[in-house]
Amino acid sequence: MPTLAELTLRFTLLSLVAFGGGNATLPEMHRIVVEQNHWLTDATFTELFAIAQAAPGPNILVVSLIGLQLAGIPGFLAVTVAFCVPPSLLMYGFFRWWQTHANPVWRTQIQAVIGPLAAGLVLTGGGLIAITATSASGSWTTVALTAATIPLVLLVPWNPLWWIAIGAGLGLLGFI
Amino acid sequence: MTIVTPGRTPPTISLGELFRGFCLIGLSGFGGVMPWARRYIVERYHWLDPEEFAALLGLGQVMPGPNVMNLSVCIGQKFQGWRGAVVAPLGMLLAPMIIVLLLGLAYLRFGDQPVVHAVLRGVIAVGAGLIIATGLKMLYVYRRRPLALAIALAIIVAVGGLRLSLLPVVVVVLTLGIVLERLWGRR
Repeated sequence: MPTLAELTLRFTLLSLVAFGGGNATLPEMHRIVVEQNHWLTDATFTELFAIAQAAPGPNILVVSLIGLQLAGIPGFLAVTVAFCVPPSLLMYGFFRWWQTHANPVWRTQIQAVIGPLAAGLVLTGGGLIAITATSASGSWTTVALTAATIPLVLLVPWNPLWWIAIGAGLGLLGFI
Repeated sequence: MTIVTPGRTPPTISLGELFRGFCLIGLSGFGGVMPWARRYIVERYHWLDPEEFAALLGLGQVMPGPNVMNLSVCIGQKFQGWRGAVVAPLGMLLAPMIIVLLLGLAYLRFGDQPVVHAVLRGVIAVGAGLIIATGLKMLYVYRRRPLALAIALAIIVAVGGLRLSLLPVVVVVLTLGIVLERLWGRR
């Protein structure tokens, strides 16, 4: 199991490449925590992801859950701080600078690259969870539910909470 | 970009209001906080007009870190300096953090029960679908921009397919992307 210092360092570094937010960092988190260091199994990783999805608040809280799982409440706090504070400081400095040196053209150009970069990371994160979940359950119903969710979410403007509740219900009844 | 829109006095928002406002935003957001952030900040509290909101959101998106957290830092900072930049993200994260901590402790305690796995299997399958749908929505904006689609594809192949480390991939894609974007402009 990792030490608190190691966790703090890992998640600080991760926070600095976390373009696109929480779900966009899922592939890198999985690479570090599951593939490289074997701190968590695939099954636990995806279940922690599910808990963070079902809870209110920013999706990045999955990092806090990973910290809790690996090092208890100190791990929860260390990882949350390591993941939230460095980007906040960067943002603070950048916004200060921006208020006096604004250059909208430059921002638009960077945004035109970071937008699709983040979209690619989010798609990779979703795909990773889908593939991991399917290989863990070995059941076609998992893939079917994921595949059915995508068009439903895009076409029916419900609060995501309802889709999550339906998924939980189907799981509880033993369909998944 | 000027932060203050001409003809509109920026409202005064106290630290307490920032904290309470972002508390509600954090607690409302199931499966993503951003739509709620917009609803509260622009439509309900009128802290920002839609253009200001879009501009600050854009700033948050070009920096690493969760977009909503970056947005809360900017808004806090705009109205209350560094104190606001601490209070706003704290307000948004505190209550959800406590809820997630309790859920996590329950998982540590009861995670070996078959019924927990059964419920979570359903949530995982739906959660994966929700995220893929979000990614598709994000990508849809760029559907007429070959360079943007190429960037997204490169990321999926490098990070998803080849399992490369994220830092070098981000550095290479950002550098190359910005150079190409400057050469070809908005295509």
